[in-house]
Amino acid sequence: MSEKVLMKGNEAIAEAAIIAGCRHYFGYPITPQTEIAAYMAKKMPKIGGTFLQAESEIAAINMVYGVSSAGKRVMTSSSSPGISLKGEGISYLAGADLPAFIVNVQRGGPGLGGIQPSQSDYFQSTRGGGHGDYHMIVLAPASVQEMAELTVKGFDLADKYRMTAMILADGTLGQMMEPVSLDIKVSPEPEKPWATNGTKMQREHNIVNSLSLVPDELEQLNIERFKKYAVVEQNEAMYEEYKCDDAEIVVTAFGIAARVAMHAIDRAREEGIKVGLIRPITLWPFPKAPFEKYADKAKCFLSVELSMGQMIEDVKLATKCKKPVYLCNRVGGIIPTPDEVLDFIRKLNQGGAL
Amino acid sequence: MEKQYLFSGFGGQGILFAGKFLAYKGLIEGNEVSWLPSYGPEMRGGTASCSVVISDKAVASPIVAKPDVLIAMNLPSLDRFENSVRSGGYIFADSSLIERKVKRDDVNVYYVPATKLASDNGIPTLANMILMGKVLSVFGEFDDQNATSALKKVVSAKHADMLDVNLGALKIGADYKD
Repeated sequence: MSEKVLMKGNEAIAEAAIIAGCRHYFGYPITPQTEIAAYMAKKMPKIGGTFLQAESEIAAINMVYGVSSAGKRVMTSSSSPGISLKGEGISYLAGADLPAFIVNVQRGGPGLGGIQPSQSDYFQSTRGGGHGDYHMIVLAPASVQEMAELTVKGFDLADKYRMTAMILADGTLGQMMEPVSLDIKVSPEPEKPWATNGTKMQREHNIVNSLSLVPDELEQLNIERFKKYAVVEQNEAMYEEYKCDDAEIVVTAFGIAARVAMHAIDRAREEGIKVGLIRPITLWPFPKAPFEKYADKAKCFLSVELSMGQMIEDVKLATKCKKPVYLCNRVGGIIPTPDEVLDFIRKLNQGGAL
Repeated sequence: MEKQYLFSGFGGQGILFAGKFLAYKGLIEGNEVSWLPSYGPEMRGGTASCSVVISDKAVASPIVAKPDVLIAMNLPSLDRFENSVRSGGYIFADSSLIERKVKRDDVNVYYVPATKLASDNGIPTLANMILMGKVLSVFGEFDDQNATSALKKVVSAKHADMLDVNLGALKIGADYKD
């Protein structure tokens, strides 16, 4: 089963979700992630699952709420403007402590924006996105293989912590094809004694709800939820380190930007420049450890992003601003070329303050 | 060794299909590959393009800014991408549809009247694969068996009768001498 096939990132997510046991998909089409819905439309009816094109994004996310309340694995997917519409539902999922899996294949914004790749929903996803105090687990794949693997991981984490897990990808990762092996290990689904799936006259009613009108009780719910978040931060941060050991310049980037950065780093290394990469794989929880480690050793950090500079704030927090953090970015659907990143690295290496 | 290809032409010329074929052939031959299409309104009647990277190491970036090989199937594609080709690189142009010559003198250029050859041979939709055949033969990468295996991956089972036709188109291109 380890034969590699060429798949689009969007298709890999859809197939991996099915492998993870998801049998319920609700969505509304939007470029550049529509292949996920198309794949589900084709596959779900054949395996006894549900594919439903909802009347809107808002309807779709609330259908997710319903299925999750009943204890089943469920997902929705969209792209940036559609995720904004789902924001209310995502907050309700958090308030009701429901597991859910959501995919955001980002495009340029704000507003209706464009349809080309972007990473400008970093703030939206890592800070929650909707109203209230909450977090989502945010996973940032950088290859089609990771689109598949982190989808399975996302379902597992969502169930484990009763949280929303989100894949934060971009138009490039959604549209590109790469070889992928779908031989992915799936953990058994945990019991869900809280689910509203019928008492069979053998237990008390379960209630799934995000309404809590007594301030003391609501405060306590928030405090308990943040204890859970602290455990997630402790245990689930993921990252990849590349050539950082002797690095004077530490580049950081996630997703497609990390692929470009890695290319630039290889070429800079050929020129003898001591440069490495920290690639966050979880964006929330943000992997602070490698940044703390290199904050003392490196001369500076460089955040490569497809936004006006969003992850750079977490880099500054994680390094406690011990060293300068620079930004190399393109926006509006444009991806920086390896040459642009390499030029930036060269300038930093010449000691130029930028 | 990494080779970066950029295919470009009108929507409907089979640009994405030809790229997918090449990517699968690369995969079958044990390489790392990536395939990245243009998407959205660009594909509706306008210019369609797709980037393919074939490498013996993990593909660092699927985005091709400076192709080693440009396959241009219409004039707008040549106009747009001619200058992006790496010095010493290759340009393959469908000379049935592109009347002008390549202006640069630091690249290797092959003109193939692919659209005319396609219609002369009664396979008007396969100019893409004729051009692809030429690309493979220039690089000494034409291999019947691997090409057939790759075609099996990209030609849907419904159109299995098109396998041999596609292989035939590749051979027409491979045998073409300017």
